[in-house]
Amino acid sequence: MTQEADTLKELADQKYKYGFVSDIESELAPKGLSEETVRYISAKKNEPDWMLDWRLAAFRRWKTMTEPKWARVHYPPIDFQDAYYYAAPKVKKPAPASLDEVDPELIKTYEKLGIPLSEQKMLTGVAVDAVFDSVSVATTFKSKLEEVGVIFCPISEALAKHPDLVRKYLGTVVPVADNFYATLNSAVFSDGSFVYIPEGVRCPMELSTYFRINASNTGQFERTIIIADKGAYVSYLEGCTAPMRDENQLHAAVVELVALEGAEIKYSTVQNWYPGDETGKGGIYNFVTKRGDCRGANSKISWTQVETGSSITWKYPSCILRGENSVGEFYSIAIANHFQQADTGTKMIHLGKNTKSRIISKGISAGSAQNTYRGLVRVHHKAEGARNFTQCDSLLLGSKCGAHTVPYIESRNPSAILEHEATTSKISDDQLFYCQSRGIPAEEAVALIVNGFCKEVLQQLPMEFAVEAQKLVGISLEGSVG
Amino acid sequence: MLEIKDLYASVQGKEILKGLSLKIGAGEVHAIMGPNGAGKSTTSYALAGREGYDVTSGSVTFKGEDLLALKAEERAAKGLFLAFQYPLEIPGVSNLTFLKTAVNSQARLRGEADLDAVQFLKFVRTTAKTLNVSEDMLKRPLNVGFSGGEKKRNEVLQMAMLKPSLAILDETDSGLDIDALKVVAEGVNALRAPDRSFLVITHYQRLLDYIVPDFVHVLAGGRIVRSGDKSLALLLEEQGYEALTEKAA
Ligand SMILES: Nc1ncnc2c1ncn2[C@@H]1O[C@H](COP(=O)(O)OP(=O)(O)OP(=O)(O)O)[C@@H](O)[C@H]1O
Ligand SMILES: [Mg+2]
Repeated sequence: MTQEADTLKELADQKYKYGFVSDIESELAPKGLSEETVRYISAKKNEPDWMLDWRLAAFRRWKTMTEPKWARVHYPPIDFQDAYYYAAPKVKKPAPASLDEVDPELIKTYEKLGIPLSEQKMLTGVAVDAVFDSVSVATTFKSKLEEVGVIFCPISEALAKHPDLVRKYLGTVVPVADNFYATLNSAVFSDGSFVYIPEGVRCPMELSTYFRINASNTGQFERTIIIADKGAYVSYLEGCTAPMRDENQLHAAVVELVALEGAEIKYSTVQNWYPGDETGKGGIYNFVTKRGDCRGANSKISWTQVETGSSITWKYPSCILRGENSVGEFYSIAIANHFQQADTGTKMIHLGKNTKSRIISKGISAGSAQNTYRGLVRVHHKAEGARNFTQCDSLLLGSKCGAHTVPYIESRNPSAILEHEATTSKISDDQLFYCQSRGIPAEEAVALIVNGFCKEVLQQLPMEFAVEAQKLVGISLEGSVG
Repeated sequence: MLEIKDLYASVQGKEILKGLSLKIGAGEVHAIMGPNGAGKSTTSYALAGREGYDVTSGSVTFKGEDLLALKAEERAAKGLFLAFQYPLEIPGVSNLTFLKTAVNSQARLRGEADLDAVQFLKFVRTTAKTLNVSEDMLKRPLNVGFSGGEKKRNEVLQMAMLKPSLAILDETDSGLDIDALKVVAEGVNALRAPDRSFLVITHYQRLLDYIVPDFVHVLAGGRIVRSGDKSLALLLEEQGYEALTEKAA
């Protein structure tokens, strides 16, 4: 209870508090994108030949592709040769064996972000992989996880220690040629997390990766792969922040999830990349491909996202419901304030019999922002008894912003039951005055109303992060009233 | 407690209050009656600090302080409460969460500590009971789907929880059935105290049988045209506004 009050007080005097830059010397790949860059990254990571070949094939493919233009987002052309594709904090030793060897400046950075990396100080029950620019700098609770056979490590380490496992799953959910940004990622991805939960194991703690962009003029291209073997369960959370800079920086990640028979993966995102300033200057371009494959019968994949940051978000976490009786879920809060643009949603592809999906989307627009929900529900002709429920709610603050809902429904099986509900509402001045007359200042009132609007999605987040997310919702709407 | 001096206020460029003066002492109950459109709600909004209700001249002192210099939420924290003629609905925010947020928010503005969560719940439950506000109504989104009478009872619940120094009740009796009217009146009477005052806006003398006022005022054309004791309400009922206001003018 008091926590909630604290939340409200805090958000009254906060802006983007993660906008600082850490003074850490970086090692950069040569500027621009070429075969040479791809080889440089692969060599830096001591990758096997097949991995380099895979990257090079992706790069050649990428050169033939063009950027997607169908989303409701507008930005000047990106000069892909004017950025760095690899930046790593300079270290004496390539892979720190323990936290004691990690650069203290890095540890400080994460503490400032509220992510202490020393295990004693951490939230109990949460293991963290910290990715700084292009490399993972620390992973906690590794040994505890190894006891039950859970693999949780940077993908570069997985390539060295478990190459067959990586090779078996890499690119099987998001194919190399899937789309412009996924292909780009395939060529230059640097780090990200790799998770494998063995058969029958319920992962004993929350796994989480914390992504931080620090270097300027640098893109971040991480790849995350999570595999839940038969009957396994894992809950995974990612968080992201970046310094405030006037330039736009590109973040093009790929996430692949595989749930085998009876397995369940819960994937939560709290995305708080720098959104740009009040005039729309700067901010992260967040062009991300996330997809989960319910490969086995009775499997389940659940996406929960709280998208508050980035100047542009282009992101559609999806589920391929292949296994019979498999379940896909998408719970989303997308907040766009000032000049942010968000085009986000999901795809639920029903292939197997009696597959079910549920989509709950809450879009909040303020300032001059544009917020689009774009979703596809496709039922294959063999997907007897498929069901979908979709609910898209939009909330508008002020009259200069926009909310758009673009649902695509394709059903090739007459037995499918598909429901779609959509609402649009506004926070009125009268509601705000009513709150004020009870002693609740306008900005806190907005946070209260918006948190109420998003309740259904916030409830899906792991407890440890729900409070954090609730605060974030309020903070990201600052300056939207008055 | 409250002193309004020669208040002029306009809404969207239209002058509504034209030289309204009123003085309310600690512990007193004042009733305002007056024809539709006289400016009764406008007076209550101007006092509560609603945006767009521009005071063009005059002054208001509340507990010795210039009320008009304060923001709406600060006025509330100082002890001013307005029970709305038309309470607003807030989807997604439960009645209970709203109450708790309001109570804690006011405490914070006054520099006090938050109320203990357990104590708070206990206090809400017992207060709700006396006002016939059901457990279900506490859990539902604020005022959403509440009947007209339920909304009014809920306003009184908020008042009881916030314990204001001055409560303005804008037609809280309209839309209440006979039993609910008694419940609400009892709720108000239970709060009467030497350091708490009430300004009751109503069209019906019947309410004043239950909440007995020390003073009755007639508001017409944006100012108080006549004041008296509770017998004035009876006189109004008998003769109507026109006769009385004409005499005053
Ligand atoms: N937003 C507004 N724009 C224009 N005129 C307004 C506005 N709000 C109030 N008024 C006008 O101000 C006058 C006083 O309104 P007010 O609501 O104060 O009356 P009242 O005395 O409370 O009446 P009732 O008994 O019907 O509740 C009315 O003529 C009304 O139409
Ligand atoms: Mg009125």
